[in-house]
Amino acid sequence: MHDKYLIKNKSIKLNSNLKPSIGLKVTNANLAYKNNVVFNNLSADIVGGQWTCILGPSGVGKSTLLRMIAGLEQTDNSKTITTSDGFNPTKFISWMSQQDLLLPWLSVSQNISLGNKLRKEPIDYTYINSLLVEVGLDQRSESLPGTLSGGQRQRVALARTLMEGRPVVLMDEPFSAIDAITRSRLQELASSLLQGRTVLHVTHDPLEALRLGHNIHILTGRPAHLGHVIHPPGKTPRDPTKPELRNLHLEILDQLSYASEESSRAGIQ
Amino acid sequence: MKFIRPIIVFIGILILWQLIVTLTDVAPFILPSPIEVLTTATERVNILIWHAKITIIEILLGLIFGTAFGVMSALVMSYYRPARSWLLPVLVVTQAIPVFALAPILVLWLGYGLLPKVVMATLIIYFPVTAAFYDGLRRTETGWLDLAQTMGATKYTILRRIRLPAAMPAFASGLRVAAAVAPIGAVVGEWVGSSAGLGYYMLLMNGQVQTDAMFAALFVLALVATTIYFIIDALLSRAISWQSESDPSHTT
Repeated sequence: MHDKYLIKNKSIKLNSNLKPSIGLKVTNANLAYKNNVVFNNLSADIVGGQWTCILGPSGVGKSTLLRMIAGLEQTDNSKTITTSDGFNPTKFISWMSQQDLLLPWLSVSQNISLGNKLRKEPIDYTYINSLLVEVGLDQRSESLPGTLSGGQRQRVALARTLMEGRPVVLMDEPFSAIDAITRSRLQELASSLLQGRTVLHVTHDPLEALRLGHNIHILTGRPAHLGHVIHPPGKTPRDPTKPELRNLHLEILDQLSYASEESSRAGIQ
Repeated sequence: MKFIRPIIVFIGILILWQLIVTLTDVAPFILPSPIEVLTTATERVNILIWHAKITIIEILLGLIFGTAFGVMSALVMSYYRPARSWLLPVLVVTQAIPVFALAPILVLWLGYGLLPKVVMATLIIYFPVTAAFYDGLRRTETGWLDLAQTMGATKYTILRRIRLPAAMPAFASGLRVAAAVAPIGAVVGEWVGSSAGLGYYMLLMNGQVQTDAMFAALFVLALVATTIYFIIDALLSRAISWQSESDPSHTT
């Protein structure tokens, strides 16, 4: 019915802007584990077609927010999370976690097409091959994940996310377990390949957020709420060491340290 | 090359055995020398093979049925919650009652043929397979399940594509144990009441004080059991070659 939003694999040109872009709307979300209230009337607007980063001290509920949007956490009301035009978002999102979550018994290309297999859809092998080329793993399509390095595995996970062809990508610190050099290459790769999609990216690294995000929010407090949005200037991926980003970096660090004091007072950490 | 060491150990034991016999001058009906056993075994090779065939069939049928019932029970317990409270006690009871105690009853009910031995082997295999596979099905990495859920997978495709393959290493451990204990079921059945099989032949020779023939049958049994074990082990290792292993004795 709202198929027009689902991106057909064949029609994708990588790097091209996807139209129309879908945003996300969180309206008065409540979430609690037993007596531990994580969100109370949390609202958020995630702008379609842009990269939004969420920063926050550990334990504040960044991952939980992402999982809630992905439909992995039960909210009290199914209407709290919708696309910007009011649909249930589950069909529009794909989720990338901190672990690559590759299945060790499947080859690289089988892992990439996992979603199609699970939904019993036909698999477009030429598209897999073009994705493998994009992430620089075309020589490894038959390899098992166990033979790949951490950075390579995360690139496979990125290709698997792209294979899903969803307009909204939820990323839960996908680059945090990788060494610095590989991380910065992966960030550039992700930034170019996900251009034009709606990305909600949870991270603990302010520099990563400054590098990739069109919008940066800070999640603080318990119950957690989103702070005002920061728009770093310039095209992404940026060089976060540039002088015009320095002040923003300091500002974010300031807010984060305040937030982490706040949460240690609340006994989260 | 990896077979050389076990062969050295085996030959060492034979030499030690021969030494004990020569030095202590023990009566042949108490402990025959390895040479005597070997001579008897070659003389009676046809009859030993005939009995071994029966035992092998019992073991293999037991493995097939035990594994099939075990896999089904594990699946039912995983996916149908009420079955857990019904089946788990049964599972524990099948282990609490020693098969040795059940053997006479099974022979009484099912006669002297293949059936009671197959049932015995099945019973002894059922538990390790069920327990290991059930455990494996429940310990699927939750991240994989989350990912599958966001990809719109159904319960069935998650079972088929994620839980089942992820449970294979655990299932393989259960099946290895099963392959090692299956001969016990078959042989105990033969001891209690039968007219064929290596266990029966050992008992018969024991009655006739032909200890050398008993030992010969024992060796054939050991050979059969280890061969079955290694074939199953090799098949399983191939099936789950993706699983990375770590050597606990290895220090970095």
